Amino acid sequence: MSFTTHTGNRGLVLEEKLIFEQGEAGRCGVDLPKPAGIKSRLGGLDRDSDVGLPGLSEPQVVRHFTRLSQKNFGIDSGFFPLGSCTMKHNPRLNEKVARFSGLADLHPMQPESTVQGALELIDQCAHWLLVLTGMPAIAMSPASGAQGELCGMMAIRAALDARGENRRRVLVPESAHGTNPATAAACGFTVDMIPATEEGRVDLAAFEAKLGDDVAGIMLTNPNTCGLFERDVRKIADLVHAAGGYFYCDGANFNAIVGRVRPADLGIDAMHINLHKTFSTPHGGGGPGSGPVVFSDALAPFAPIPYVVKTTDGFKLVETADEKDGTKPFGRLKGFHGQMGMFIRALAYMKSHGADGLRQVSGDAVLNANYLLARLKDKLSVAFPGYCMHEALFDDRFLKDTGVSTLDLAKAIIDEGFHPMTMYFPLVVHGALLIEPTETETKESIDQFCDAVLSLVAKAQAGDAEFFKNAPYLTPRRRLDETAAARKPVLRWMPETV
Amino acid sequence: MRYLPLTRADRASMLETIGAPSVDALYSDVPDGALLSDPVDLPHHLGELQVEREMAKLAAKNIGTVSVPSFLGAGAYSHHVPATVDYIIQRGEFLTAYTPYQPEIAQGTLQYLFEFQTQVASITGMDVANASMWDGATSCAEAVLMACRATRRKKAVLSGGLHPHYREVTETYCQYSDTKVAGRDGHPEKQATANELDDLIDDQTACVVVQYPDVFGRIQDHTKLADACHAKGALLIVVFTEAMAFGAVKSPGSFGADIVCGEGQSIGNNLNYGGPYVGLFATTSKLVRQMPGRLCGETVDQDGKRGFVLTLSTREQHIRREKATSNICTNSGLCSLAFTVHMSLLGEDGYRGVATLNHETACKTADAIDAVAGAEVLNDSFFNEFTVKLSKPAAEVVEALVAKGVLGGVPLSRLYPNRDDLDHYLLVAATETNTDEDIADFASALKEVLA
Amino acid sequence: MAKKFSQEHEWVELEDGIATVGITDYAQQSLGDIVYVELPEVGKKLVKDGDAAVVESVKAASDVYAPLDGVVVEANEDLDVNPALVNESAETDGWFFRMELSDASQLDELMDEAAYKDFVEGL
Repeated sequence: MSFTTHTGNRGLVLEEKLIFEQGEAGRCGVDLPKPAGIKSRLGGLDRDSDVGLPGLSEPQVVRHFTRLSQKNFGIDSGFFPLGSCTMKHNPRLNEKVARFSGLADLHPMQPESTVQGALELIDQCAHWLLVLTGMPAIAMSPASGAQGELCGMMAIRAALDARGENRRRVLVPESAHGTNPATAAACGFTVDMIPATEEGRVDLAAFEAKLGDDVAGIMLTNPNTCGLFERDVRKIADLVHAAGGYFYCDGANFNAIVGRVRPADLGIDAMHINLHKTFSTPHGGGGPGSGPVVFSDALAPFAPIPYVVKTTDGFKLVETADEKDGTKPFGRLKGFHGQMGMFIRALAYMKSHGADGLRQVSGDAVLNANYLLARLKDKLSVAFPGYCMHEALFDDRFLKDTGVSTLDLAKAIIDEGFHPMTMYFPLVVHGALLIEPTETETKESIDQFCDAVLSLVAKAQAGDAEFFKNAPYLTPRRRLDETAAARKPVLRWMPETV
Repeated sequence: MRYLPLTRADRASMLETIGAPSVDALYSDVPDGALLSDPVDLPHHLGELQVEREMAKLAAKNIGTVSVPSFLGAGAYSHHVPATVDYIIQRGEFLTAYTPYQPEIAQGTLQYLFEFQTQVASITGMDVANASMWDGATSCAEAVLMACRATRRKKAVLSGGLHPHYREVTETYCQYSDTKVAGRDGHPEKQATANELDDLIDDQTACVVVQYPDVFGRIQDHTKLADACHAKGALLIVVFTEAMAFGAVKSPGSFGADIVCGEGQSIGNNLNYGGPYVGLFATTSKLVRQMPGRLCGETVDQDGKRGFVLTLSTREQHIRREKATSNICTNSGLCSLAFTVHMSLLGEDGYRGVATLNHETACKTADAIDAVAGAEVLNDSFFNEFTVKLSKPAAEVVEALVAKGVLGGVPLSRLYPNRDDLDHYLLVAATETNTDEDIADFASALKEVLA
Repeated sequence: MAKKFSQEHEWVELEDGIATVGITDYAQQSLGDIVYVELPEVGKKLVKDGDAAVVESVKAASDVYAPLDGVVVEANEDLDVNPALVNESAETDGWFFRMELSDASQLDELMDEAAYKDFVEGL
């Protein structure tokens, strides 16, 4: 039955205006004491006009954001197999401990003597990451995976500068995440693309041919963005080292190997770890993330400030370059010491799993992905042969001549109650569908997803393209006009001018 | 393990479907010897209760800012965060969502980002703001890089009043992109004049960066500086570390700033020992396509209903790759939600009211400190933070204050470890969280320490 | 003078010593809905095959290369307001910029309409 309601609401799906459209002057969601009327000392720059903020009471604010939340799909809502993003369960214990007053209410500039527990916590988190990667050094401060990359590549640049070498070419596989070339460019490097083989891995011959004395290094994701382990990784490491370059490993897909393979054993020089992927800190609708970077001995002296050291006098925070001999930090990446809130959550997660549990994490993640691959491979088109790691990659050959695109299929999957897979990435595969179930999903939820996808594929192949072109049907909003949004950008609310 | 749902039977039947003999077989591409057969050398799993206890032990080794009178600022400020904020940001639909790439099922995130962008643009007095950056310091660095792109010039001039960490991050970001960073060293007893940077601005200058209020707490009108910049074709970047200030002082937009960016932690976010925080970034309509970071825009859906999407994405790394405006991928999502909720609760009256309270508390604190022998408040103007000249080295004083149960400010020597001319200066911040009793405790402890 | 075409899907039309440059109808079709065009500044010196402009759809940004050496004398400001012009009339009102050529003989290296048509069919 289809009808329109008076309010525009549809049962639990409630329409919600902007806060700017509901405010009333005189309403306020906080109670404040009356000002004492002290004469201001603002240098004569006292604000003399309204800011333009709406007034709302607390219940209005709670209802507003609750309603907004109900228009969102999160991991808590359902299966979220977004490839390369590792949307695993975010334990609430992590949230609880991150809110302990002795951790949350610490100012970054407190004297060291008052934050020994915080420094110890950073040191413990660092220790876990070092043991899991087998690496000798770590920078904890990078704010995110992208800043971790920047940290690693800046260390490489600093190491080259220290060697007095003007190497400027960085080799990056075609399948790389966009942040890799963007990061290399931000460090003054030029990007040289390495093609992939028909098996979705680095073309070793092409890679070798590109090596030379102007090569600064390689940025390689492993397991790679096609969800495959780079089986020549050691050879790649040896070759790049022999050519005088460094090996930056993008650790976005560490979840596939955590506790089972130590990147140190693969010959890497630097790798960032997305705490918001492998170590379960929440994605939060786009951050905050955290991207600590592990370093080899060759790059360790160039790690950025600040960092924590353990001394006989307790823990110290090194905030300036010359406090310790022998180091040549390339600089500072963040206002303060890093994403402490994320270290707390990641440490709680690592302690919960332990060394044994983390092995199970990667094993189950890879098992779930291969199970999903096995269930879908006959009806969808698998991009590359063999087992996958933690995610399964398909191309769009199975949709050929159906008139249905990867995007259309994804939108129909939304109506089935799932978050779609990653689409059109990596770029090396036509119409890519990258599916990462993660280890925190049950076999039942993977089966339900696979059954739904298979039924949609059958529907597409039966020639019902029109159905797909207009999907989704059941969401709070249907397909949005992105062209109009980009042609005439409206990026803020404005009061209506009379 | 409580987070892992697969049973032994599940694993066996799944391996059978896959046709693999074992999980290890799935790792057949791993080079010989690199696949570990045993767990690494770390403790084994723990139950929730044990983990909570271990974390509580670490927490107990710290002295939190809420447990003692605390007057710390220098880029991070203690404010009261209403309980509603934490309730909202812990809703799973916000907490466990991804970047809103599928707008049909992410209107919650997208709408609050649109509201956030509007709030940030409003308080800074600018046309548009992005969906947030990592923190104030990285926003500053990104603003400089943006100015270089927009002007096609390669020189940035940094004011001596800029927070030294912001300066370091900016220098770090610029060092490998051939961007020259020039500037003046600041000093709390040498008030910068309106035109002190004029001689550094030339035809190669992309931007001038000033902080408002500056790192020593002083408040200065930058209208003339904006004019001087524009006369040379350079941009004025106004940086801030205390977003609460704009409830009390004129917005940087009113000076004619081209980019306004800084730290948004003050609104909605705990101190968290330095992170995660939320970088705010606003600019003029003219420069919007040079902006880094995510942007949310309004549009309509297939049925003509208003909705929101991420837009102008072609500036970003996933499309432009090595030609992107920045390598930033995410924003500071949940922290920007905390900001939005807190700001919604405050509204016009609350925002301006709490700013006034901050200023009044700081005035009372300044008077109390200034009355202590051996302590002199240097600022003529300030919002909620000011610099005090002490008769003893500030770092020692701060340690002695800790022994008396007071977190009494940030010594400038901590911010400027290589400047021995700043040893006797202390940066003191006071917010609405400080009571009259806190102020009295601070003043009397300081009196004893300086005696 | 009749239009000439480059392998990068730009067209050039010379009139009174000034060359008008745009992208071809084939190019606009493959790009989809154009949302923004970043045009070169007047006075900018362009080098054949160097970056001249950027054309953006919702999900892609493509560089537009200068088909010839020369100096930009005019940019099509209508595209700032209405980038859809490129979709509607790529080879007329949707032109990108006009340039004064340094070496008009470079025109001979470009394709004529028939050759471009064959070139596109071969893609």
